[in-house]
Amino acid sequence: MNKNIINFIVTIILGFILSLFLPWWSVMVAALITSITIPLKKIAVFFVPFLAILVFWAVYCFILSNANDFTLAKRIAQLLQIGGNPYLLILVTGIIGGLAAGFSAIFGKQIITFNKN
Amino acid sequence: MKYFKLLISFVLTIGIFYALNTQLGAIPPLGKFLNPTSGIWQNETNESIKGEVIIPGLKDKITVHYDEFMIPHVFAQNEEDLYKAQGYLTAKHRLWQLEFQTHAAAGRISELFGERALDYDRSERRRGMGYGAEQVMAYMEKYDTKTLGFIQNYADGVNAYIDQLTPENYPVEYKLLDYKPETWTPKKTALLLMYMTKMLAGYDDDLEYTNVLRLVGKENFELLFPDFFDITEPVIPKETDWSFIDVPQTKLPGSQAVLDTIAETIEKPHPDNGSNNWAVSGARSVTGNPILANDPHLGLKLPSIWFVMQLSTPDHNAFGATIPGALGVISGFNQYIAWGETNATRDVIDWYKIEFNEDRTKYKYDNQWKDVSVRVEDIKIKGKESYKDSILYTHHGPVVYDKNFKSENQRSGYAMRWIAHDGSNNQKTFIELNKAKNYDEYVNALQYWNAPAQNFVFASTEGDIALWIQGKFANKWEGQGKFLMDGSNPENEWQSFIPQKFNAHTKNPERGFVSSANQHPVDENYPYYVFNDGYETYRNRVINDFFNSKEKFSVQDFKNLHNNNYNLKAAELVPHMLEHMETSSLSADEKAIYEEIKAWNFNNDINEVGPSIWRQWYGKLYRMLWDELDVEDIALTTPYTYQTIYLLKNCGNHEFMDVKETEDKTETSKDLFLLAFKEAAKRLKEIKEEEGDYSWANYKGTYAGHLLQSLPAFSRFDIPIGGDRNIVNATSEDHGPSWRMIVEMTSPPTALGIYPGGQSGNPGSKYYDNFIDDWAAGEYYNLNFLQSDEITNAIIGTQTLIPANHE
Repeated sequence: MNKNIINFIVTIILGFILSLFLPWWSVMVAALITSITIPLKKIAVFFVPFLAILVFWAVYCFILSNANDFTLAKRIAQLLQIGGNPYLLILVTGIIGGLAAGFSAIFGKQIITFNKN
Repeated sequence: MKYFKLLISFVLTIGIFYALNTQLGAIPPLGKFLNPTSGIWQNETNESIKGEVIIPGLKDKITVHYDEFMIPHVFAQNEEDLYKAQGYLTAKHRLWQLEFQTHAAAGRISELFGERALDYDRSERRRGMGYGAEQVMAYMEKYDTKTLGFIQNYADGVNAYIDQLTPENYPVEYKLLDYKPETWTPKKTALLLMYMTKMLAGYDDDLEYTNVLRLVGKENFELLFPDFFDITEPVIPKETDWSFIDVPQTKLPGSQAVLDTIAETIEKPHPDNGSNNWAVSGARSVTGNPILANDPHLGLKLPSIWFVMQLSTPDHNAFGATIPGALGVISGFNQYIAWGETNATRDVIDWYKIEFNEDRTKYKYDNQWKDVSVRVEDIKIKGKESYKDSILYTHHGPVVYDKNFKSENQRSGYAMRWIAHDGSNNQKTFIELNKAKNYDEYVNALQYWNAPAQNFVFASTEGDIALWIQGKFANKWEGQGKFLMDGSNPENEWQSFIPQKFNAHTKNPERGFVSSANQHPVDENYPYYVFNDGYETYRNRVINDFFNSKEKFSVQDFKNLHNNNYNLKAAELVPHMLEHMETSSLSADEKAIYEEIKAWNFNNDINEVGPSIWRQWYGKLYRMLWDELDVEDIALTTPYTYQTIYLLKNCGNHEFMDVKETEDKTETSKDLFLLAFKEAAKRLKEIKEEEGDYSWANYKGTYAGHLLQSLPAFSRFDIPIGGDRNIVNATSEDHGPSWRMIVEMTSPPTALGIYPGGQSGNPGSKYYDNFIDDWAAGEYYNLNFLQSDEITNAIIGTQTLIPANHE
């Protein structure tokens, strides 16, 4: 399998497992670990963990919210002034998680590079 | 270079962590707030109402049945367990509200919102809210450890819930404001009771009256603010015989009001807080059973102030509306009796001017110097250092206004004498009422009630109806406490209290019904001093006229009366204005509006335009009329509606009618009608252009706002309901019937109830606001009064609370 795909899958699994013990920044830890253990190259360094956590969070949110007719998601989407659209809120949530993961993966990558030289 | 890259990526990572983990202004910490595993997505659910929950310290198993309205029906084996369950369940459904209300009561809002709430917090501290709660605790520790024990049970129940909570399960509001629940204590129940007292009996205008008196003189003051209006339709029927009262009113000393100028006063409870209650006897009921109704008019809030529960042990079985933080049912019924409250609106706050010595350590009293005691209030402020407010206490009470707060006088201040500072055992009244079986036990339960003074309506399956005006009232001399008094003169103090048995009451009156709607408690024949301190004058007359209109009444009649939109206030003034106003100068547009209000039948129904025209017209008229009482830097108040209308109709040429702005002209009431009408018409035209029309529902825009400053996402707007203040259906913009209950005294009683909200405090639950539409439509729910813990088809889920040591 392509390293990108492995990193993608492992980041999601690790992100899920760590979230059982750690607060929201568990996804940053997950991305950091996979970026060191399954190193990627170029823009994949950022975008693979970004997409992995985006998908993880968005799917998780969708499952929770869909089961409850998006009742709260609609209200929070209004609260955050994104037009009361629950799907947009799910996307925003995913992007936030993805950004956090992506940046910590870049940091992981720099640690490897630093040690190698 | 590699160091640089490493450093940059590290800083970026820490930066994004910080940005997503920190509250930035009004934006919650987005990572914490939005992540699916512990953020708000975990609140995207209805409440769980099945299974078993272990609660430490329970003596026995408790069954909790839920019906389709998410009302818990609690079957406990003893009272200790019952109140523990009430605490647990209230926390389960309303935790954030439960805690927030007591934070508000204690003046602790700055902890959550920062410095902008400091003025509010200082007002609450200076009002002595915490001090009062401590007096309540001290009183119970000394005189009633049994009730205090139940309050501790309730606290244990709340804490059992909090202890089970993990951060992902915190209510949404905690996540939004980024804080967490703290341990609940019995003192918080005392604070909640203080909060109720403030909301209902915290209104007074003594300082404003003092300013008005100085401004307009005694004669005019008495015209504007008479002790009694020319009509009275009191709570206790006029024909009541008071000859059994053998303790006289306090003799009048030669005391004078202190004519100070007060620039600004602390915020007062909303004047729309009020209520209706009534009951008819069996003889006047279609079925032969007495029927009772109650609808407290409070702020329309989400989560609602009320939480409906059935609370039973093998010895009693009570059902009705509870208030998060207080024990037992507040407005409800049991197998034998039903009860409900309206505010008695009596003057239980007086003000004393205090003169200090040079260093403010002593104050003058009875020609001597008495020691001041100092209470330092430590107000925590989010993101800042605490604010320490030193509040001086005299034997009268806290010196609310002094050089540190809303006053510039270096050597004087105003002390508050408030019955709520006198330690009491109000909680016991509800605990006993929940268990009471007949009239005598109801009266017995009431004796513990000091404040806020309430009109307690009563009906029993035995066939009695009654109404007691209960509170602890000072036996005042004629005129005492209407104005600021000299605090150094002992004659100005409350000399004694009206003996409880002489509180005004009526049992099975000849007319076959009892009713109250915040009006005058009694007429002038009652032998103690009572003056008009904001009594209602409209709802009471509509209610009593209804009960005088025919012989027998049904539950349907009660529903109709709750939803009655007749605007008596408008009906008493509009025809007079239409008759006397000069109409020749009206433009075509104005003429059209004139015709609209002329065609109005005085019902504030949702599709009418008359109510909106009336509101505009009367509002403008009122402001023009009382322009004399709108003076910068002086706290003033304006006459009540009834007296305003009385003066407009009977004293149309009085100097007050003149508009002060127009120096060359002296207006009369007739001129004001026209001037106000033209201004109103102008504004109505604007509204029509902005909003499409000014039909009443649209104009009024009733809403139920979330407790956090009506946060739109968690509030409901444009609720289509008629009524208004001073109408039996007292729904204004944000106040109204916060709980409607009708109980027929069959055995066991049959009851209806509804409130504008929902049982859940979670905006993510469908039970958060699911009653609102039915409430607005004037509908009711049949309350499932379960007689045993057997499962019926009304039950949608059952949860069992079991002791920790359960095998």
